[in-house]
Amino acid sequence: MTPIEDASDAEDVGAGDAFHAGPEVNVGGFERGASLTVGMALLALALSQRRARGAFALSLLGAYLSWRGATGHCALYEALDTGSAEDEEEGRLAAGAHDDVSIEAAATIARPPEEVYGFFRRLENAPRFMAFIEAVQVIDATRSRWVARTPTGQILDWKAEIIEDRPGELIAWRSDPGALVHHAGAVRFRPAPGGRGTEVRLDVEYDPPGSALGRTVARLFGSATEYRVEEDLRRLKQLLEAGETATTRGQPRCPASVPPA
Amino acid sequence: MKANCWFGKHDVRLCEVPEPQLLSPRDAIVRVTLTSICGSDLHLYDGHVPSMQEGDVLGHEFMGEVVSVGSAVENLRPGDRVVVPFAISCGRCFYCRRELWSLCDNSNPGYSHMLGGYAGGQAEMVRVPFADAGPLKIPAGLRDEQVLFLSDVLPTGYMAAENCQIQQGDVVAVWGCGPVGQFAIRSARLLRAERVIAIDREPARLSMAAAAGADVIDFSAEHVTERLTEMTGGRGPDACIDCVGLEAYGRSPDALYDRARTTLMLATDRPTALRQAVKACRKGGVVSIAGVYGGFVDKLPLGAAFAKGLTFKMGQTHVQRYLRPLLKRIEDGTIDPTFVITHRVPLEFAPEAFDMFKHKRDGCVKIVLTP
Ligand SMILES: NC(=O)c1ccc[n+]([C@@H]2O[C@H](COP(=O)([O-])OP(=O)(O)OC[C@H]3O[C@@H](n4cnc5c(N)ncnc54)[C@H](O)[C@@H]3O)[C@@H](O)[C@H]2O)c1
Ligand SMILES: [Zn+2]
Ligand SMILES: [Zn+2]
Repeated sequence: MTPIEDASDAEDVGAGDAFHAGPEVNVGGFERGASLTVGMALLALALSQRRARGAFALSLLGAYLSWRGATGHCALYEALDTGSAEDEEEGRLAAGAHDDVSIEAAATIARPPEEVYGFFRRLENAPRFMAFIEAVQVIDATRSRWVARTPTGQILDWKAEIIEDRPGELIAWRSDPGALVHHAGAVRFRPAPGGRGTEVRLDVEYDPPGSALGRTVARLFGSATEYRVEEDLRRLKQLLEAGETATTRGQPRCPASVPPA
Repeated sequence: MKANCWFGKHDVRLCEVPEPQLLSPRDAIVRVTLTSICGSDLHLYDGHVPSMQEGDVLGHEFMGEVVSVGSAVENLRPGDRVVVPFAISCGRCFYCRRELWSLCDNSNPGYSHMLGGYAGGQAEMVRVPFADAGPLKIPAGLRDEQVLFLSDVLPTGYMAAENCQIQQGDVVAVWGCGPVGQFAIRSARLLRAERVIAIDREPARLSMAAAAGADVIDFSAEHVTERLTEMTGGRGPDACIDCVGLEAYGRSPDALYDRARTTLMLATDRPTALRQAVKACRKGGVVSIAGVYGGFVDKLPLGAAFAKGLTFKMGQTHVQRYLRPLLKRIEDGTIDPTFVITHRVPLEFAPEAFDMFKHKRDGCVKIVLTP
């Protein structure tokens, strides 16, 4: 089931039914479909991943999103006393409303701030540690073009601009207004105490257009990205500290016909 | 090449798999000359590690000959004979630099999903990540069997004893007389424990412990904590080492309770031995945990531990920290780890060997496999 097909019967699925024995439906039809699709994709990704620690978190997230999609119930929405079932309705009425998604991640890297900043600032390095970034092309001193592949194999591309650049301290950027999911972010570098290197903090905000589609994509992109960004930082750390990223891709297993992840 | 692969609970099979390749600059490929089955493999065998996947190559205790090295490995050359630590560690992060190797930030620490997901060494060949930081070159003149256990159970038993900070006159109790327990017993003696008390129920393992000068308690016949109180003049052991881990046996009410809880998936681990250790330990003593725990334990007497001011030490072994000092003791004859080997079989028989090791049949303590 693709999100688009499912969006057509949003009202049917989204409407709670009095005899529904399971948890209350508070996730809208479109988002349920998307939740299910992204959830299954994450599960598949997790199952194909050979690294236990990350894969486990991924599979949890995947399982949760699938469950949420299948049951139409989101524990988080319940806790926040909100829900996209009503939301999508409002969204359709009040296109143009904004609904930010923000994520943050942090890591301590045992290298000096100048070095970590320098590596990050050479944007062409991004595909070496950002899982879904396929390529980065630097256009000029502040502008660059990014190409990403989503877990489901979709190619996305957008342009971004560095809006603040303080060597050894901070890089802030935002995507061009034309991007499907408009976002802005900053990465901060500061010396860690006791000569432990650099504390790197990454903040990204998605500020999607008010359409249900844009918001849902951003929300899902956002929740998956929270995990993804942490993994990206982990790989950055591995590269800078250990000189390579940990991999088990291509190692022997049985049967050999099952392609290694 | 041949490799022993995991397919599910109590299902391991010898498979034909592709030879490993160098995947990263710091890798080495090692042709395995000797490997073995560890108690930790039994946790995988018994299905306690959910991240295992069908077809995973098992084994994390192995040694062999370097076949090739990645572009960043300068300390090893093809032909070198090496023992490979089970902990996969980068050697450069905060933890590695503090010799806390098994806590490395930059690897998925461990072969065959013990905690990572690297294909293991119960195979003809194996890929060794961070080969410039881990493997120990073995001088000529030492047989494989003398040094193989440097990869895991020898340093594990040693670290468990070292963690007890043994003082003159100390009595150390050791739960579990498997290979880890055997090395813990001997290490405790080496570190000048006055007396070691070993606890298990397997006759062959208890007599191996007795041969090292330990007093023994058969937990299937005696009440462990009462016996310990009695044997230590009411004080309790100064240090207690748990070399059993999450799959402890027992028939006491608490053990049956654990079995029911884990069967119903309400708990993951059965800490029978650990509970006894906490109960028995003297005030201000040390509880050192080498046995693996994976999830949640129930009814751990933390109140008693708190009241007695116990110190807990635990974790995966920082193998690399002990390689050279223990190699030296093997070379000078203070330690001969070969005593623990009861069975030598070709790799082809790995599935049968797992079954035998699990059920401790035929006096089995440690099995080595030759590819
Ligand atoms: N910390 C580490 O890095 C590390 C390294 C290697 C092994 N381990 C762990 O150490 C443990 C022992 O390993 P091993 O190779 O000796 O395994 P093993 O299975 O051969 O030995 C375990 C022994 O404990 C005994 N036992 C079971 N229940 C008991 C109880 N209630 N009281 C006393 N004894 C009991 C068994 O009879 C057996 O002899 C395992 O949990 C293993 O995973 C940890
Ligand atoms: Zn082991
Ligand atoms: Zn490290």
